[in-house]
Amino acid sequence: MTGSELISLDAAELARRIHAREVSSVEVTRAHLERIEAVDGPAESGVHAFLHIDADGALAAAEAADRAIAEGTPASPLAGVPIALKDNLTTTDMPTTCASRILEGWRPPYDATVVARLRAAGLVPLGKTNLDEFAMGSSTENSAFGPSRNPWDLTRIPGGSGGGSSSAVAAGEAPLALGSDTGGSIRQPGAVTGTVGVKPTYGTVSRYGLVAFSSSLDQIGPCARSVLDAALLHEVIGGQDKNDQTSVGAPLPPVVEAAEAGARGDLAGVRIGVVTQFSGEGYQPGVLAAFTDAVRLLGELGAEVVEVSCPSFAYALPAYYLIAPSEASSNLARFDAMRYGLRVGDDGERASDEVMSLTREAGFGAEVKRRIMIGTHALSAGSYDALYGKAQKARTLIVRDFTAAFETCDVLISPTTPTTAFAIGERVDDPLAMYLADLCTIPSNLAGNAALSVPCGRSADDGLPVGLQVMAPALADDRAYRVAAAYEVARASVDTAPRIPELRALETSR
Amino acid sequence: MTAVTNPGVESAPYTVEEVCEHFDPVLGLEVHVELNTATKMFCGCANRFGAEPNTNVCPVCLGLPGSLPRLNGTAVESAIKIGLALNCHVRERSGFARKNYFYPDMPKNFQISQYEDPIVFDGYLDVPLDDGSTWRVEIERAHMEEDTGKSLHIGGATGRIHGADHSLLDYNRSGVPLIEIVTKPILGAGVRAPEVARAYVTALRDVLRGLGVSDVRMDQGSMRCDANVSLMPKGSSTFGTRTETKNVNSLRSVERAVRYEMGRHAGVLLSGGSIRQETRHFDEQSGTTSPGRPKETFADYRFFPEPDLPPLEPSRDWVETLRAGLPERPWERRARIQTEWGLSDEELRDLVNADALDLVADTVDAGAPPEAARSWWVSYLAQQANTAGVTLPELAITPAQVARVVALVAEGTLTNKLARQVVDGVLAGEGEPDDVVAGRGLAVVSDESALTTAVDEALAAQPDIAEKIRAGKTKAAGAIVGAVMKATRGQADAARVQELVLERCR
Ligand SMILES: [Zn+2]
Repeated sequence: MTGSELISLDAAELARRIHAREVSSVEVTRAHLERIEAVDGPAESGVHAFLHIDADGALAAAEAADRAIAEGTPASPLAGVPIALKDNLTTTDMPTTCASRILEGWRPPYDATVVARLRAAGLVPLGKTNLDEFAMGSSTENSAFGPSRNPWDLTRIPGGSGGGSSSAVAAGEAPLALGSDTGGSIRQPGAVTGTVGVKPTYGTVSRYGLVAFSSSLDQIGPCARSVLDAALLHEVIGGQDKNDQTSVGAPLPPVVEAAEAGARGDLAGVRIGVVTQFSGEGYQPGVLAAFTDAVRLLGELGAEVVEVSCPSFAYALPAYYLIAPSEASSNLARFDAMRYGLRVGDDGERASDEVMSLTREAGFGAEVKRRIMIGTHALSAGSYDALYGKAQKARTLIVRDFTAAFETCDVLISPTTPTTAFAIGERVDDPLAMYLADLCTIPSNLAGNAALSVPCGRSADDGLPVGLQVMAPALADDRAYRVAAAYEVARASVDTAPRIPELRALETSR
Repeated sequence: MTAVTNPGVESAPYTVEEVCEHFDPVLGLEVHVELNTATKMFCGCANRFGAEPNTNVCPVCLGLPGSLPRLNGTAVESAIKIGLALNCHVRERSGFARKNYFYPDMPKNFQISQYEDPIVFDGYLDVPLDDGSTWRVEIERAHMEEDTGKSLHIGGATGRIHGADHSLLDYNRSGVPLIEIVTKPILGAGVRAPEVARAYVTALRDVLRGLGVSDVRMDQGSMRCDANVSLMPKGSSTFGTRTETKNVNSLRSVERAVRYEMGRHAGVLLSGGSIRQETRHFDEQSGTTSPGRPKETFADYRFFPEPDLPPLEPSRDWVETLRAGLPERPWERRARIQTEWGLSDEELRDLVNADALDLVADTVDAGAPPEAARSWWVSYLAQQANTAGVTLPELAITPAQVARVVALVAEGTLTNKLARQVVDGVLAGEGEPDDVVAGRGLAVVSDESALTTAVDEALAAQPDIAEKIRAGKTKAAGAIVGAVMKATRGQADAARVQELVLERCR
């Protein structure tokens, strides 16, 4: 089997072949490392999904997986399958930078819980993927190490903050990746790169070892090229963790079963609500057309599709841009040059607070500073009630809208993001335009419920991928998987586009 | 006369009597107590004083990126016990908050604390004063928080940050569970204010020690007191500007610091000056206070709910179980013990001053009669402690061990002299009293046939004396008893030997 065949297979199929010993994990891993070698660099023009690649570590893990399989004791159904990790997850064998100068070179002394679970399950970490600095952004343009590029069009953004993970999966550099979703950072990159991205219910995947951006919103989740792959990865990383006291004790929803059931294509008896607030001005016509097509297809699968109104969702974006920066201003206070990471201006004369100021000035990018300042202001004694306090009230209203909507609907749907991938540079000087990319995804972070993005064909106006967002109640992630899997199969029958875009120009240019 | 408020020049302190001719003092006491839980507040690191710097640390208490706090249930239990012992309400739903400020010994640059909803609130403590009366100190709240690390400032004369050329950081203390207990304003104490302050901290220390939740060592910093003092003109009900005095490291210092600040405030106010709201530093040597780092105009800690920890909802049942298990208040216990043991006031005071009351009581609880227990602790053991240069509680013998020694004497296994040797053995680390008895072969020889043989041998060795005894000169028996005691290396019961000697000569 050729390398280009291996990199185009889903994780489930790769796992099947590896476990049947039709191909070894080492061969699969090598194929992906070669693909990375071929398309990821150079940083100025390649996909640039990775900030760090650990080829030796990956091959060693692959050999171990092969040995276990040969002995008949594979660690899990995904043992031997390569995976990419967003670079805000701590890893003992690779640096963790959060794409920030302030953490450049830091080697954590501990693995994030999800990383430890991946290793225990025999998956093969390839490297660490790019992101907007500290996961703050929607394009990876806020990375201190330069943006990642969308494999469908290298002049465009791969979404953010998890654009490294989404572009790695879309470009065939990794069959699976982990992301973190605070306001849409897994789902929006999934939508604009034609991949699947899942934000599980808050508290069902441990955050221990995820460098916090906004603790009450952050959620780790899977990135994949199929709904089933995402579900398989979800089962590996999910479940309670004593190191994260916000992790819930409830059993993980049966996501793999749901994905398999959905793939049989029957949605009879399922009530799907279309959120009326998520359309109209600001939505690209091609995105809305693809979404309308999806609604029709879901109806054909037997689902009952109704419209629901969630008026408080109008407050989601402003509430988010107070709560997330508030928590971030506190979470990022620890980067003070005292114990790890960058230290600037320590000439033996300057006092520690001066060194701290100089380091934070030099080490944080503009967007991170902007959010620290917004958050510091929102929590200040004079503005707390009017800003942070009010945002929390809006959050309560949004939760109520979801609760009401889920009383009549099993799941809610919307476009994942209002537009397809925009051009690199297009919105960098307009933070508000950038923030709109997360308009549809933010409510589920504020409410903590499950939501995912599944590929929804391509926009007629620019030929770029569109995402369909499926939202489910908290702890009912399986419903979203079932609907997404059914839709995925139905759409594949009418959509003949390849799932991995042509990157031959890039490959041959090297 | 012009007002002098130059902070460098202290006005001569007035006596408290002079102060109270013009002013009513208002006190507020904030006591920080380090809990003696096995592990820290939010991680599994050992909570231990005196370890090598930066050895009891992990990603959580170092605040490493990605780490999350994990609440120590025992710390919560201790906080509730403290609240109950201080007659507080226990909040059904409380939570943690982040107190945000930058300081190098605080690795996250925020402290996990409690803000608007402390776990316990609104209580009181009836504090015994020297004259036997009690003073009710009302408690505002007690809340949980994590301790910071420690900065060691190198260079400069004072060991304080000013003038230092660099600092070393030790994070062993980072994340140690703390309870902060805050009083409501203490009003109306007048000239007794310094005494009330000391008596309150003393009573609080005794209560906490009785609960077993903290080492409450002010000298080691496991109990720290900040004393807020302000004066209001007599007849006024508007509080004056307060100062907060830190570094008050002993009970005596609490009293001295309050007294000094009262006098200093009065001096400034009576000369037409005004008190600046500031933190002050108490100096043990001189008994004075000096300005600390000037407080920035207004510290905005930007408190907000800690998103990494769920709300705290102790069940009613749990709280009631803890309430039922509360120990007696130390001073109530003292009064009860005095009656039960029939102690004079002086005897009781001696026991308390020697730190022996708890030890004696525990020895009694372990089965010893009060008189024997008291006698051991205040005489022989007190001498041993004195010789070793340690306090009685630090002596390497437990009340249970002392009780066992007492029991061995009572049952005739040991004489008093042997008992002291057994105690020496326990103190020397030779194990339990019974181990020492066996190890040193100290048991009284009570085997009658062995004793009879020893007596017969002694009589045979001194036939002239034996003859005298037989002739009715029983006093001569002493020489034979002495010989037997010598032969048994002192391990025979002399009275029994005497009886045997007389029996054998009959
Ligand atoms: Zn620790």
